[in-house]
Amino acid sequence: MRMSKIVRFGADVLFGAIVIFGLYVIMHGHLTPGGGFQGGAVVATGAALVIVAYSYEEVIGMIKKTILMAQESAGLVMFAGVALIAIGLGTTFFFNFLANSGSLFGMTVPFGPNPGELNTGGVLPLMNIAVGIEVWGGLAIVILYMLSGIGKTKEA
Amino acid sequence: MIETIIHILVIAGLIVSAVLVYHFKDLLAAALASGLFSFLISLEFYILQAPDVAISQAAIGAGLTTAIFIIAIRSTKRYEEDAP
Repeated sequence: MRMSKIVRFGADVLFGAIVIFGLYVIMHGHLTPGGGFQGGAVVATGAALVIVAYSYEEVIGMIKKTILMAQESAGLVMFAGVALIAIGLGTTFFFNFLANSGSLFGMTVPFGPNPGELNTGGVLPLMNIAVGIEVWGGLAIVILYMLSGIGKTKEA
Repeated sequence: MIETIIHILVIAGLIVSAVLVYHFKDLLAAALASGLFSFLISLEFYILQAPDVAISQAAIGAGLTTAIFIIAIRSTKRYEEDAP
């Protein structure tokens, strides 16, 4: 069963805005409230909107289970990998080796009140991105399995 | 002063939406009232200066939980029967 044309059109229009806002919350995790988990949950809400609006066959054609599972695993591997690189550089586990280094996310934080520089924080933005990817895949696959559990039976 | 008024309005809305969840026989309307409850409680978290918790509550409580309820209602009956 699919929802009415109004619901499907609304889901199509809102999906892009929800995904962009979730990615914004993930990217600004070290500056503003929110972070990897909150942003990933917002993006997964967009996926849940599409899953609710369309029928089982259409959702299976649009969203692949293997991609979501790979996304969840990739987030976890990236999180542990960034933490392990610090050991490879001769420092401790989870050491912030990128902070103040001048490279990626390595700008020095300016002194005094300022609007916040995105290019700061060292490995914290990388950790936020990893957690965001992982929560996105994990929460979307929860909804998808909920749908596929009822997809085979006759829908009322 | 205005903060107290907003507080009272939000808490009154919380109580009304919680009673509506109990009252509705249409389960889809009850699920949406539950989503309204989550939205209002995330507004209350924001007023109490916890924007982090408010984002989590809005995304998971109002978004994902309502989606799971709607998927469950799609596969079962929409209207609640009277208790025997």
